[in-house]
Amino acid sequence: MLELYGTSVSSRLLLGTARYPSPAILADAVRASKTDIVTVSLRRETAGSRTGGAFFELIRTLGVRVLPNTAGCHTVSEAVLTAKMAREVFATDWIKLEVIGNHDTLQPDVFALVEAARILSSEGFKVFPYTTDDLVVAERLLEAGCQVLMPWCAPIGSAMGPVNLPALRSMRASFPDVPLIVDAGIGRPSHAATVMELGFDAVLLNTAVAGAADPAAMAAAFTGAIEAGRTAFHAGMLEPRDMAAPSTPVIGKAVFS
Amino acid sequence: MRVLIRGAGVAGLTVAHELAILGIDVTIAESAAQPGGGASWFAGGMLAPWCERESAPETVVRLGQGAADWWDAALPGHVVRRGTLVVSPPRDTAELTRFAARTSTFDWLDSEEIELLESDLTGRFRKGLFFRNEAHLDPRRAITGLYGRLAAMGVIFHFGAAPDFPVDGFDHIVDCTGASAIGTSAGLRGVRGEMLVLETPDVTLSRPVRLLHPRIPLYIVPRGDGRFMVGATMIESNDRGPISARSLMELLNAAYALHPAFGEARVIETGAGVRPSYPDNLPRFSTDDGIIRVNGLYRHGFLLAPSLAQDVAAHILSNSKTNATRPATPFDPVPAVNRRYEDPMGASR
Repeated sequence: MLELYGTSVSSRLLLGTARYPSPAILADAVRASKTDIVTVSLRRETAGSRTGGAFFELIRTLGVRVLPNTAGCHTVSEAVLTAKMAREVFATDWIKLEVIGNHDTLQPDVFALVEAARILSSEGFKVFPYTTDDLVVAERLLEAGCQVLMPWCAPIGSAMGPVNLPALRSMRASFPDVPLIVDAGIGRPSHAATVMELGFDAVLLNTAVAGAADPAAMAAAFTGAIEAGRTAFHAGMLEPRDMAAPSTPVIGKAVFS
Repeated sequence: MRVLIRGAGVAGLTVAHELAILGIDVTIAESAAQPGGGASWFAGGMLAPWCERESAPETVVRLGQGAADWWDAALPGHVVRRGTLVVSPPRDTAELTRFAARTSTFDWLDSEEIELLESDLTGRFRKGLFFRNEAHLDPRRAITGLYGRLAAMGVIFHFGAAPDFPVDGFDHIVDCTGASAIGTSAGLRGVRGEMLVLETPDVTLSRPVRLLHPRIPLYIVPRGDGRFMVGATMIESNDRGPISARSLMELLNAAYALHPAFGEARVIETGAGVRPSYPDNLPRFSTDDGIIRVNGLYRHGFLLAPSLAQDVAAHILSNSKTNATRPATPFDPVPAVNRRYEDPMGASR
C-alpha cells in the first residue's frame, strides 16, 4: 500500500479535475478510475475568487480525497496565498505545489518552488511539489520538508510520455524511500505503465483523461496500465539482450547448422 | 389559456414565441429593465452544433441543427449562413487534428482554400477546418428583434418586475430565469464567460473563426461595422464581476495571433456573464410546485433554446388537453426523484 504523509492510499492513480466536457463526465471518470485522490485547481477554476462554490461542492460529493493545487501561480507569494485559501476551502493541509517558471513549457521555477515548499512546510502543510527530474532540486525539496516528490516526465499536457528515462531511473535509485509520483507529460496508458515499471509509486494525470473522446473509458485504461506496471516492477522483468534466447530446449539439435 | 414566463432572456423569449404563435395569451415578467439582461447578452450567437460536438454529446448536434432554420423563420434576415472556420497556429496543428477527430461534417482546407474564404487570413494558416453548414447571428439584435416581434404579437412585458410578481389567473408559470435560479434549482451551477468587443477597420472576416490553442481556445465573431466579438472564457464560478486582467490578456493575445491588425483595434467593450449549467451541461425542463422550470442552456443558448422551447410548448399543450399524446423528447420532464441532475455524483455519495 502506498503511504503519503502517513495516509494509506490503495489507488496509484491521482486524477486532475480540469477541462472535462462536463462535471457529470468528470464524475464518471473518477468512478471508473477507482482513484482515491483528485487534484483541484483553486485559481484556474475560480478566477481567483472563492465563488467556485458549486463546482467545489460537486468535487466534495465525489467521495474521494482532495489534493488542492496551486496551478497557474508564478511566484512564491501567489503560491503560498493560494495554498492557504485551499486549506480553508477544502479543509486539508495537503497541497500540490506548482510554481510555474515558463509560460510555454509550464516548467516549474525550481528556485521559487523550494522557497515556497519551505514556507508551507513550516506552516504545517503537507507539500506535494511538482518538480523536474533534477536530483539536486529533489534534495533541496526534501530538506525543505517535503516527504513526497512529483517529477514531470514531459511538459504538462504535452502527452509526450517519458522523454528522459535515464533521469527518471536515477531519481528512483537516488531516493528509494521517498514516494515518487510522476506528475506531468503522460499521454497514453503505455507511458504510465513504463514509469510504473521503473518503480515509481504513482502517476498523476489530467489532460490525457479529460481530453480523451471517452474520458471514463480512458480513466479505466490508465488504472489497468498503472496496476500492470506496478505488478511487473515487483515481478522482476527481464533485461533486454541483443541475441535470441530460445524459449524451447535446443539440446539434441545441431548447434552449428 | 394564460401563461406567465419569468425571464426575458433567450430561453424566456423563445418559449414565449412558441406559445404566442399558437395564440396563447403570454405575459413575461423580467426583473431587469430590458430583455436579455443575463448570459444571452454576452453570447457569441454561433449556431455551430457540429463544432460544439468537440466537447459536447451528440444530443447537441441533434437538437441544435435546426436552430438556424428556427431563427430564420422567427426573425427573417438575422441568420448569416457562411459556416465556421477553424484554424490553429502551425505549432498547434495537433489541436486541429484532435478537433477533427471529435467532430464531423467539415472539410479540410489548405492555405489557398482558407484564402478563398477569408482573404484577410492569407498566408497566416496552412491548414483549417470548414464547417459549411453552420451559421451565426448577432445575439443582441436577435433578442431585441424577438422582443419587438413578440410585443407586436400581443405578448405583455413587465420590466423591473419583482420576484413575487402576482401569479393569479395564470394557468401555467414558466421559470426561465437562468443563472438567477442558481441555488434554487437543484444541480444548477454557473460557468463564467468573459468576452470583449474589438473595433478595427483593418480586418474583415465574414464568418466566425475559431482559433485552437491548448490553453486558450477562442472564437472571433464578426458583428459588422468593423466590430468583432472575442470570446470566451470558461470558468467554474458564479462571479459576474468585471473581466480579469489574465482573461483580458489571453483573449487579446489570441486575437493578435489570429491577425496582427487586432493589435491596433480599439477595445470598445468588455463583459462577463454566467452560463446556467447542469452537471452534464445539457438543458432541460422540469415541473415541480406547478412551475415549469426551463434552464441549463450553458453555452448553447441560441443553439438549443428553439428546440427546448418547442418541447416546453408541447408539454404545456399536452397538459391542457386530456388524452393528448406526443412523441417522447429528450427534454421530457421526469419525476424529481429520478432526475440524474438532482444528484449527479449520487452513486458515490
